[in-house]
Amino acid sequence: MRTSTRGSRRVMTLAVVATLTTGLLAGCADDSGDGKPDNGGGGGGGGKTALTIGTFGVFGYKQAGLYDEYMKLHPDVSIKENVTTKTDVYWPKTITRLQAGSGVDDIQAIEIGNVAEAVQTQADKFVDLGKEVDKSQWLDWKNAQATTKDGKQIGLGTDIGPMAICYRKDLFKKAGLETDRTKLAAQWAGDWSKFVGVGKEYMKKAPSGTKFVDSASSVYNAALGGGKERYYDKDGNPIWDKSTGVKDAWNAAMEVATSTMSAKLKQFEGPWDTALSKASFATVACPAWMIGYIQEKSGESGKGNWDVAAAPTAANWGGAFIGVPTAGKHQKEAIALAKWLTAPEQQAKVFAKQASFPSAPSAYTMLKPAPATVEFFSNAPLTEIYAASAKTIPVQYFGVKDQPIGTAITDIGILQVEQKGKSPEQGWDAAKNEIKDVLGQ
Amino acid sequence: MTSPKQALAHPAPSAETAPGDQPGAVPGAQGRGKPPTGPGSWRSRLYRWDMKASPYAFITPFFLVFGAFGLVPLLYTGWYSLHSVQLSSLDDQTWVGLENYKNLWSSDFFWNALKNTFTIGLISTVPQLLLALGIAHLLNYKLRGSTLWRVVMLTPYATSVAAATLVFTLLYSWDGGMINWLLHFVGVDPINWRESDWGGQFAVSSIVIWRWTGYNALIYLAAMQAIPADLYESTALDGANRWQQFRHVTIPMLRPTILFTVVVSTIGATQLFGEPLLFGGSKGGSEHQYQTLGLYMYDQGWIIGNLGKASAIAWSMFLILLIVAAVNMLVNRRLRKSQ
Repeated sequence: MRTSTRGSRRVMTLAVVATLTTGLLAGCADDSGDGKPDNGGGGGGGGKTALTIGTFGVFGYKQAGLYDEYMKLHPDVSIKENVTTKTDVYWPKTITRLQAGSGVDDIQAIEIGNVAEAVQTQADKFVDLGKEVDKSQWLDWKNAQATTKDGKQIGLGTDIGPMAICYRKDLFKKAGLETDRTKLAAQWAGDWSKFVGVGKEYMKKAPSGTKFVDSASSVYNAALGGGKERYYDKDGNPIWDKSTGVKDAWNAAMEVATSTMSAKLKQFEGPWDTALSKASFATVACPAWMIGYIQEKSGESGKGNWDVAAAPTAANWGGAFIGVPTAGKHQKEAIALAKWLTAPEQQAKVFAKQASFPSAPSAYTMLKPAPATVEFFSNAPLTEIYAASAKTIPVQYFGVKDQPIGTAITDIGILQVEQKGKSPEQGWDAAKNEIKDVLGQ
Repeated sequence: MTSPKQALAHPAPSAETAPGDQPGAVPGAQGRGKPPTGPGSWRSRLYRWDMKASPYAFITPFFLVFGAFGLVPLLYTGWYSLHSVQLSSLDDQTWVGLENYKNLWSSDFFWNALKNTFTIGLISTVPQLLLALGIAHLLNYKLRGSTLWRVVMLTPYATSVAAATLVFTLLYSWDGGMINWLLHFVGVDPINWRESDWGGQFAVSSIVIWRWTGYNALIYLAAMQAIPADLYESTALDGANRWQQFRHVTIPMLRPTILFTVVVSTIGATQLFGEPLLFGGSKGGSEHQYQTLGLYMYDQGWIIGNLGKASAIAWSMFLILLIVAAVNMLVNRRLRKSQ
């Protein structure tokens, strides 16, 4: 008797283990092998084609209601957005999935800092979208960034980041400075060191507890975005140590870092948000996509106190593309959606929602910023200021390691000078060592 | 007073017992299954085979899963570490032999990360275990609502690294953080925790201490409750006070448990990653003040995209852990002998 109960219990246990094991294996199989789970044919079966779009940060498509609109126009399509907040998490994940050929979304967003890497190393993993659209809709420099040497375009431009200066009129007034946006723009036109000069004036009579800029790094990024050279030349060779753009931007940032005018904050972190709501700094170099963020974080108290003036140089900071991976299951539908999302009309709608600036100039005539945003920024002509900048932005070449090189300069070099009291020479040496490590030299 | 020895010796035999020769079951089964011929003997052979084989069948799922998700990646990482591989072109691998390791060992960043891992490990593990020991001792007294206290002790452990670090980052914030605010009452100027040389390490360690002290305290508490009460009674009869009891009864009896927590904490400290990453980014401060080995590996592999070098870092960490384990084993053996 005793043996048999033990025996049957063992059989039970084995059965449980076996079930669990098969369950696990089935789970794996489900994950990797769902070749055609939900009527992959698309449309024909009567069910819906489920498209996924992988993005980072706040892309604005959902916020502007574009997915709902598209699904209404195409009742046989459903769209799901997979958002990863941080780009430095999003991109490694995406690039490994692209190479594995599985787990990719039907549409993948590509940030401008990664587009060179995508063009130079992943071009065969993307559909050539250049053949699908009328390229002349976009700014030339935008198309060029996503095009390989042999003319294949791996992504369509979404937004760009033309630069302006956002400033607090109320603080400028207290510091006894000019508050008119055109006159201010004229004061610093052409040179970021003139902007730093205005900062020195500001600090002489700065309202207590306030600084002129949020950080030296933000001045660096803004100035670099307007330079003719960045870290790589046209052929993809690193020129970071002799690039004139880097040199000018570094010098401007050093003037800020070695003075008292910086609030020494890191952008998009909690304390930076708090500083926006408390008005602890008077200016920030604001690409178009930052407008919505400033409005949100400053809150009611900032309304009518913020204004926007043209930046010293026409510069670009940020922007993105969307591409269709060849490993996607619904390429045809994905291409159609990508085309629709990046069409001038839709770009204008995203702009209306959160001021992500279109990369298609024909949209500029349709731009209508949200009335609340315009009011928030003292009725500044946002569209004109940013469009003027967008059209004169120099063609810049990005390289494979653009992003880590930039991080080495801002998060190592500039930070050491700004927050640890190192000399600019020591800061540059530290950044140099870091970049050499990045490039494996 | 040989009991610590016993406590140490006790778990060993049960772990070493091979599945086949369980003292109780096998002789009994053989005794009953004696019938010499027919289906009976077939049954008994099957039964014996079952006794020997099924334990292996039970543990197979673990080893299958471990093989697929533990061993294969481990070996593959070793293979990667001998190649130059970029994250953006995984299929394009060039054999470089030990070049990655040579680079690593001549790189200041690597030694700095190793040093940081060691110092942060030290300033987080030592206070953590001492605190845990003290707390466990207090919780071992008869207390009202003892379950409540124990649950409270464990709550930090149940918090996610991300949530805890986020809160600590706010507390340590340079401008308007609560810790600098408290410090200004005692006349200390605001400290830039994230950028100062020792402040960052201290802040990161404090997160680790906060999260793990309660967990270790509970382990100590469990071990303390297994100490026979008559030991305390007899020392009390000999006139020992509480502190003497703690030193001469509790600590020796806890020795195997303390060794266990030291090993586990050391492993944890070597792998420290989430806290410094969320506290100050993958560089671990502008001078890499708190870039640990784990963080350095992440920075090389996922931010910079140099997978070959990142794999070499991973294997170096593995070797370091093996060395630590060997040292620990020697110390352990020495301690056991000296008893």
